[in-house]
Amino acid sequence: MTTEHLPEHPDFLWRNPDPKKSYDAVIVGGGGHGLATAYFLAKNHGMTNIAILEKGWLAGGNMARNTTIIRSNYLWDESAAIYEHSLKLWEILPEELEYDFLFSQRGVMNLAHTLGDVRESVRRVGANQLNGVDAEWLDPKQVKELCPILNINDNIRYPVMGATYQPRAGIAKHDHVAWAFARKCDELGVDIIQNCEVTGFIKDGNKVTGVQTSRGTINTEKVGLCAAGHSSVLAEMAGFRLPIQSHPLQALVSELHEPVHPTVVMSNHVHVYVSQAHKGELVMGAGVDSYNGYGQRGSFHVIEEQMAAAVELFPIFARAHVLRTWGGIVDTTMDASPIVSLSPVENMFVNCGWGTGGFKGTPAAGLTFAHTIATGSPHELNKPFGLERFETGALIDEHGAAAVAH
Amino acid sequence: MLLFSCPNCGPRNETEFHYGGQAHVAYPDQPGELSDREWAEYLFYRQNTKGLFAERWVHSTGCRKWFNMIRDTVSYDIQAVYRMGEQPPEGLTAPPAAQAKSQPLAPAEANPTNTSEGV
Repeated sequence: MTTEHLPEHPDFLWRNPDPKKSYDAVIVGGGGHGLATAYFLAKNHGMTNIAILEKGWLAGGNMARNTTIIRSNYLWDESAAIYEHSLKLWEILPEELEYDFLFSQRGVMNLAHTLGDVRESVRRVGANQLNGVDAEWLDPKQVKELCPILNINDNIRYPVMGATYQPRAGIAKHDHVAWAFARKCDELGVDIIQNCEVTGFIKDGNKVTGVQTSRGTINTEKVGLCAAGHSSVLAEMAGFRLPIQSHPLQALVSELHEPVHPTVVMSNHVHVYVSQAHKGELVMGAGVDSYNGYGQRGSFHVIEEQMAAAVELFPIFARAHVLRTWGGIVDTTMDASPIVSLSPVENMFVNCGWGTGGFKGTPAAGLTFAHTIATGSPHELNKPFGLERFETGALIDEHGAAAVAH
Repeated sequence: MLLFSCPNCGPRNETEFHYGGQAHVAYPDQPGELSDREWAEYLFYRQNTKGLFAERWVHSTGCRKWFNMIRDTVSYDIQAVYRMGEQPPEGLTAPPAAQAKSQPLAPAEANPTNTSEGV
């Protein structure tokens, strides 16, 4: 057997340094949110002596498992503000990060299937417009014009009675987003440390002073948790609890097909959302499995129901084959809104609770969490998303009201 | 799909059941005397255990009765099923009553050992 000479390895986008003895700040979690947080800490706050600790490989958790939908059509003012800011950042980030991560503003449709859906949707369109979020209400004929493969017949179990539409919404290539942030972080001097699992925290009184990891002890001034589904596990190590529950959330892709699906279609009511990736796979997400789970997989009936709904809405998909299915662990809160906050431990900060919709929030989470870590107090945009709201009762209830598919 | 052994009906598909979250969370004894923090604990804070977890399910399309289950939240293996009002079998999970004790959101007392090891 002969071994042919392999071509040179392309340039690496980031170094793989060993951890230093100490940093000004340590971010736990090398997914999208951790990377974005480190990027904005370095860029906006001049903090470059920082590290991202990732227990596995870069962006291999929910960042590798989501359905990449980006939108900002949330009902309440607080949510519209942070998600719209995020969308505006998505619009400038490809240039800022000097990386075309295929952000495609192909629009997102949220279908209404009942009279209740219609009323709620029309209300949300009004709220969005007042908050400067682009939104319109489409009747079934307009839905069909925008997405010709959608079945708008009224003889199906949940007929399409209309949809909200956000033209500036869309999808992006999730891996490339992670790589874009990682390359810039690295250029700015951030240490991205993979295969480095946090096993404990070192505290002086109630102040965190270091992190114990599978690669040794690291001293640090500040710690930011960006661990999504594993946030509760880390909080427990640090001695406090978080009001979140971790659930499996499943998604699947088909084999590659010709471009047939021009936009993104979400249905809250029948728990399915569908887009077609740049390569041609149909990408579909489901609702969460009901039980708590850390297993990165869920029950088959969830996939079955999601596909039944998809085939009824898109009869053309009936002969498409599933290529693979998978699950991520999402960190859900009781009000379906994120937590970007100080924590009960001094110098420790938490970014979690983004639940089923963290991908779209990546830039805003990074921006506001970096501000919170650097200054010790929240940014104007994440002030309403503190842990205090569970005590004051100032919840931001986006369950059902925000086109959130749960 | 998971297969559950309902204490009344025997083994049935997961789709016949609905989830009720953490088991053994008692309604406050003196609701009128709870602080905002304690109400937050009761309403919004639940264990989010990675590993063996005591949880409630209801057999919605069967006997319609609630029951408790010990399930591993990583492997999803079911270790035990027991009726409402009963305590979990010894050794399968930490006493839930102790887990449910509230922890303040405000900074905790100084930790004399200076470290907080992972679990």
